[in-house]
Amino acid sequence: MKSVVPVLTVVLAVLGIWLLAVVPMNMHLVADQAQRSGVAVQPDTARERQEVSGLALALRNPGIIAQTYTAKRPRLPSPHQVAGEMYETIFEKRITSKRSLVYHGWVTLAPTLLGFVIGTGLGIMLAVGIVYSRVMDRSVMPWAIVSQTIPIVALAPMVIVVLGSMGVQGLLPKALIAAYLSFFPVVVGMVKGLRSPSAMQLDLMRTYNASSSQGFWALRLPASTPYLFTSLKIGISASLVGTIVAELPSPVKAGFGGRMLVGDQYGQPLVSWAALFAAALTAAALVGVFSAIERATLRRMGMAPV
Amino acid sequence: MTVISAKNLDLTFETNDGPVHALKGVDLDIKQGDFVSFIGPSGCGKTTFLRVMADLEQPTGGEITVNGVSPRAAREARAYGYVFQAAGLYPWRTIGGNIRLPLEIMGVPKAEQAARVARVLELVELGGFEKKFPWQLSGGMQQRASIARALAFDADLLLMDEPFGALDEIVRDHLNEQLLKLWERTGKTIAFVTHSIPEAVYLSTKIVVMSPRPGRITDVIESTLPRERPLDIRDSAEFLKIAHRVREGLRAGHSDEG
Amino acid sequence: MMVALACVVWVAGWWVNVRLANGPAGDARWVKMLVPAIFGLTVLMMWELLVRGFGISPILLPPPSAIGVRLAGEVPTLWADFRQTVLKGALTGYLAGMVAAFAVAVLADRSEFLTRGILPVGSFMAALPIVGTAPILVKWLGSGWESKAAVVAVMVFFPILVNTVAGLKDTSAMQRDLMRTYAAGYWATLFKLRLPAALPFMFNGLKIATTLALIGAIVAEFFGSPTVGMGFRISTSFGQLALDMLWAEIVVAALAGSGFYGLVVWLEKRVTFWHPSQR
Repeated sequence: MKSVVPVLTVVLAVLGIWLLAVVPMNMHLVADQAQRSGVAVQPDTARERQEVSGLALALRNPGIIAQTYTAKRPRLPSPHQVAGEMYETIFEKRITSKRSLVYHGWVTLAPTLLGFVIGTGLGIMLAVGIVYSRVMDRSVMPWAIVSQTIPIVALAPMVIVVLGSMGVQGLLPKALIAAYLSFFPVVVGMVKGLRSPSAMQLDLMRTYNASSSQGFWALRLPASTPYLFTSLKIGISASLVGTIVAELPSPVKAGFGGRMLVGDQYGQPLVSWAALFAAALTAAALVGVFSAIERATLRRMGMAPV
Repeated sequence: MTVISAKNLDLTFETNDGPVHALKGVDLDIKQGDFVSFIGPSGCGKTTFLRVMADLEQPTGGEITVNGVSPRAAREARAYGYVFQAAGLYPWRTIGGNIRLPLEIMGVPKAEQAARVARVLELVELGGFEKKFPWQLSGGMQQRASIARALAFDADLLLMDEPFGALDEIVRDHLNEQLLKLWERTGKTIAFVTHSIPEAVYLSTKIVVMSPRPGRITDVIESTLPRERPLDIRDSAEFLKIAHRVREGLRAGHSDEG
Repeated sequence: MMVALACVVWVAGWWVNVRLANGPAGDARWVKMLVPAIFGLTVLMMWELLVRGFGISPILLPPPSAIGVRLAGEVPTLWADFRQTVLKGALTGYLAGMVAAFAVAVLADRSEFLTRGILPVGSFMAALPIVGTAPILVKWLGSGWESKAAVVAVMVFFPILVNTVAGLKDTSAMQRDLMRTYAAGYWATLFKLRLPAALPFMFNGLKIATTLALIGAIVAEFFGSPTVGMGFRISTSFGQLALDMLWAEIVVAALAGSGFYGLVVWLEKRVTFWHPSQR
């Protein structure tokens, strides 16, 4: 908890910079609007204004600065606008409404969690296979590592449409993309973890004539716990990213990704920004949950980090 | 001339389990050209005392001067070379590069750096190893390089914290001999912390026996051995007498806490 | 018929690999490279055979041979796309993000307070999904390569920062004490001890960042791009149902991704030659 003050300080500093940046970013917009409603603006033609920076405009027209904080389609919404939109769409809309962020949050979260479970489950199984079978290790592991350098995310929207045309729609295709994205990080992480016991510890098991299965449950699996949690955290973030990208091609713009697109395409930046922050908060919350589970588990196992 | 003078030195740590008296009432004078060994069981304060001399720890009571000034002033004047228990050489620098490290920091001109590096490498018998990397050398050679690094900037005082502790006995004997020869050639003052009774007796002109809880000096032995010492002096009666006195001092300190 | 052949290919490939991996030469370098290559080749052949055997429409999933043909035939376009996305977008953004991350890391290093404040805030900003940040940056910076570079810079900033900060902290007490005995100041200690010691950690971050850079540049192009670029080509090929072109771009992306990663690994080996993991 001793991090509270530093974090708050940095957050306040960021908010401060944000608040200041709103003015030059929105000034041109606001100047145009003001002129249309009859207010005198310096300089008076739109063309001349384009030559001038947002900051200079603000200095010359101090009277309309306040309007930069309440513009309807701001280039950079003010923090209070984003907070307001989030509050409104989370708490003041019915959960079943298509404008509720909670509804969209669930639309994104469901395939993320399902995909994460599938990806992690399969990933752990493959990791076990790689550690115990030489052939699998030699043939599959290099590809697992290489696949992390290939931008598969770019394929996600296409996979969705292809699956859609084959009749597989809704939750499952998005979950499959999420599963794929969490799969490889989990494999690589778990392999490292299952191989982490030292040669000395493995030799000890051999002196007990322990079977592979006993060695796995008594030594390898517990030793891999820290690596498992690291992989889980990477996996859940990757799953969330995958789901959001997979929402792009869908005609029904649902979920966080859908809302970001809607806001962008229909000129409602507040909707985009609110969805953006909601998605980031969800990701942070998910990772936070796993971190808490990690701390509790490691402490019980006496492996708590120093 | 007195190089190090400690009067009634105290160092107390506050811990969760109460205060720990790492040093209590330590009085000692070390003269120019002395080779002083500090020996005692764990927790007796020998390393702590060395670190206080080096201004790596601050005392909580009493006085200590190094070269007549405070340890901090001495450190800032680069008055001593420190050798740690592990060689601690930077793996990304060659041996020559490692020895140049203090010289670079102290702003010694480049031309002079090369000359000094060559000179100290000869002193520790590592001439020609300049371009090698630390991991290419054995443990004993790395420790010799670490000593060379401490000698590079010509400080008159050498503080050594169990430098040979991690090495096997044969290498250790050899390095002991070399260290003694080096001491004779350069006339430096050396404060040397060790666990090993034969090492302490073989190397020193003065042996300081310490005991723990609280960390204090139980005996100061002025060595009667001649300055020139071949390795087999360790079998002489004189040597054994001094070693016996050291052992008695250690045992006394140990049973004190009974 | 093709399907049966595919099964034969799979069994044959697996059998060859079992013999190689468990055989006497199992640990030899050439075997270690041959086995995954055989595995990959087997998968490719099966893909080809199964697509033909099941009569899968090329609009759904083209066979590797078709992709190969397209690859060979469209080299100029692919090269132009590569230049736009990888060289101008991803690389510029990577370098910009890297420099910014190093600067902030050194700044944070001077102050424990700053470090504790920046890391959680940075991790939140890293969690902002690219699907959201890309359209905003495109709106601010236009649809040229600059906005893509900005997206990439934002994406790589945090991983590089976190790893550099961890690296700067990773010096033992003994080495810091040594610097104290030389009465070395902050900057001397930073340049002579902590930065070199931090390099292995920094490279960890730099490697992770290579994948993020490519993903960032490509996905950012989905949101607005001049008529060139890998992301642009992928989405338009898709719209035209020219899936073989789409896959050709994916192949180029895969090569670019592994190439970039390999380059950083090579650099790592040269710069951190002294680290136990490289010896």
